[in-house]
Amino acid sequence: MAENAIELVGINKSFGAVHANRDINLAIPRGTIQGIIGENGAGKSTLMSILYGFYQADSGEIRVNGKPATIATPNDAIAAGIGMVHQHFMLVQNFTVLENVILGAEGEALLNRSISRARSELRRLEKEYGLEVDPDAIVEDLPVGLQQRVEILKALYRGADILILDEPTGVLTPAEADHLFRILAQLKAEGKTVVLITHKLREIMAITDNVAVMRQGQLVASRATKDTTVEELAELMVGRRVLLRVEKGEAAPGDVMLSVRNLTVKDGRGCTVVKDVSFDVKAGEIVGIAGVAGNGQSELIETISGIRRAESGTVSLKGTLLDVTRHVDPGDLRDWGLAHVPEDRHHVGLVLPFEESENAILGYHDHPRYRKGPFLDIERIRQSAREQMTRYDIRPANERLKTANFSGGNQQKIVLAREIEKDPDVLIVGQPTRGVDVGAIEFIHKRLIEMRDAGKAVLIVSVELDEIRSLSDRILVMFDGRIVGERKGDASEGDLGLLMAGVEQREAAE
Amino acid sequence: MDFFNTLIVVLDSTVRLSIPLLFACLAGLYSERAGVFDIGLEGKMLAAAFASASVAAVTGSAWLALGAAVLISVFFALVHGFASITHRGNQIVSGVALNFIAAGTTVILGQAWFQQGGRTPSLGAEARFNAITLPFAEAARDIPVIGFVYYELLSGHSILVYVAFFMVFATWWILFRTRFGLRLRAVGENPAAVDTAGISVAWLRYRAVICTGILCGFAGTYLALAQNAGFVKDMTAGKGYIALAALIFAKWRPVPAMFACLLFGFLDALAIRLQGTPLPMVGRVPAQFFQALPYILTVILLAGFIGKAIPPRAGGVPYVKER
Repeated sequence: MAENAIELVGINKSFGAVHANRDINLAIPRGTIQGIIGENGAGKSTLMSILYGFYQADSGEIRVNGKPATIATPNDAIAAGIGMVHQHFMLVQNFTVLENVILGAEGEALLNRSISRARSELRRLEKEYGLEVDPDAIVEDLPVGLQQRVEILKALYRGADILILDEPTGVLTPAEADHLFRILAQLKAEGKTVVLITHKLREIMAITDNVAVMRQGQLVASRATKDTTVEELAELMVGRRVLLRVEKGEAAPGDVMLSVRNLTVKDGRGCTVVKDVSFDVKAGEIVGIAGVAGNGQSELIETISGIRRAESGTVSLKGTLLDVTRHVDPGDLRDWGLAHVPEDRHHVGLVLPFEESENAILGYHDHPRYRKGPFLDIERIRQSAREQMTRYDIRPANERLKTANFSGGNQQKIVLAREIEKDPDVLIVGQPTRGVDVGAIEFIHKRLIEMRDAGKAVLIVSVELDEIRSLSDRILVMFDGRIVGERKGDASEGDLGLLMAGVEQREAAE
Repeated sequence: MDFFNTLIVVLDSTVRLSIPLLFACLAGLYSERAGVFDIGLEGKMLAAAFASASVAAVTGSAWLALGAAVLISVFFALVHGFASITHRGNQIVSGVALNFIAAGTTVILGQAWFQQGGRTPSLGAEARFNAITLPFAEAARDIPVIGFVYYELLSGHSILVYVAFFMVFATWWILFRTRFGLRLRAVGENPAAVDTAGISVAWLRYRAVICTGILCGFAGTYLALAQNAGFVKDMTAGKGYIALAALIFAKWRPVPAMFACLLFGFLDALAIRLQGTPLPMVGRVPAQFFQALPYILTVILLAGFIGKAIPPRAGGVPYVKER
């Protein structure tokens, strides 16, 4: 047996004018965990899609276990022992776990026997790797961490020796991510080869044996993980030195700008998701709300920004009481000095098919500045969009480009620029840097600190604990719809982690 | 006893009127479960009815006629597939276009071939699917209730009626007990999952629309050779759309689809039965009211009386590999 599970030799791939992969050479030793790191759009996913037969390389060779392999379809990849866990799960939501696992690997025309075979095989895999999941559960009822486990099971069920994971932790809580890493370590111990694609440096350092860095379609460096540092990798990824931790001075909190009292909110299905929440945000401070996704944070900021109605409770903006149990017009809130960068920029923050300049005024289109009588002042709008693009380093600097064609980081900057430029007194930001690359994260964090230093009240919600800790002056932890604790900005990760898991609360109840 | 007799007679015609709906509804189920919306059931039925009536008129063989109907209907289905699977066209536009083509060409060809104003010649009994009498039906006829129901309701239908009910259970079995069914349901929910599992999305969807074509062929044949004795212009009269409505009520499941079709068939039978008869309290109700009843019911039921009908998630969306 050859020493390398996979060798990629001179791989090239272009999509139209975009050279997504340029002359990639990479050897992955068997029984190791290989990290592939790079910013969004660096070509990592394309490379792995080529390896999985989803795309075909324009030129180059793939060798599996030392032998040249033609991988033209996912079937070829599966036959060669390559399995893939996609970033967006390839699961049929209303199927059971078993049905998802056997799909495409049924073996025979009738399902009866393939299902019972899969059932016993799943039991074996569960024992061997700690991959517990109820085989009869419907996938859409499972939390994302378990859904991902189903994806891994799918690959193992097909006999994968080489497992590729594309950004596996993007959707996971810290605890789920740790569990995943334990599973990966177990797979490695059993002699499987794991390829981990990510843009999170910490994960690379924590779990990989080797790491390859990609930038703009090229493989710029390969290192043994133990011989490199986070700083070096970050620099290789971005191509310049980056500050991983934002520098900020002491906060100088002033008057209370936003005050939430006894807020209770129900979601669309009638479950109470925000329970009796009260807190204040003062001028000149950043308050961070930490918590595992789905503990009411989203509904909380949606209510404060007028998108969702509350069951009971009040919100005061600069001392003015808002009746949030009735409809509060988000437009009015904007006029009163509250700006909101939504968590989901694709569905709430931007209209992707629109030009950048149009998105740059979205929600502010009634502003006299952008109007000429009853019409929009297009020239003015484009002019100010151009200025914004320079100030916020939004690339490509073309205000006529469709917003969908900007990278995640640049899209986020478009929304941020739009909201900050209106000079609000209160700024609410949901997931400031979700799906944003390292270079842009630094930029966005600096802007938020600047807002604080200019005496604005800033409320951020993020599932990235690192982000919360590096930005916030005060941290509120939400669990099961309640604020279960408040900590200073320098609280330890372990302390916050316990709060996020609801441990403190349970002890208090006992 | 009189009421009972009337009820059985109405139920008997319910069965007969439901069959074209049932075939078409099951046809739509295959396609839509695979993620290809098919508003062209109507057109396929019409084309199939014409094909079967023409072939029956020329050859005198009902079975050859059925074969021709299935062929034509499958051809239409493949055109729809070519437009919406291979070329990722809009499925509604493609379906509507095929409906228009069917409505037009059947009349033109009918006139060109038979010169009867778009009709096909009236068929004799030998060229049709006639009622078959189940064993012992005659003997059981006089047994009260059970025998009578057996004779009137269960016996005395054309073979296609029994095929239709058999297809309900066959469809259920195919969908939920076979590999093909598993993949078919998967491709209508998340084609990317099917693709990454190494299965061809296009070929799977083509097979689904072929199933649709076959069943629409049966639907059309039933109309022309069992319910009627030949083809008449626009003889489907919106049944393809009603079948779609039934499919939605049934939430894309075969057995509920059967009940939904029977419900529509019952309303139709009732409308025919009650035409011209004065109702207690209300008096004479215009026949048009009863004719409109199935459609009114469709609107009411669709407006929320059936709970949430969630269509297959990938329905209507052509599959494009993500870049």
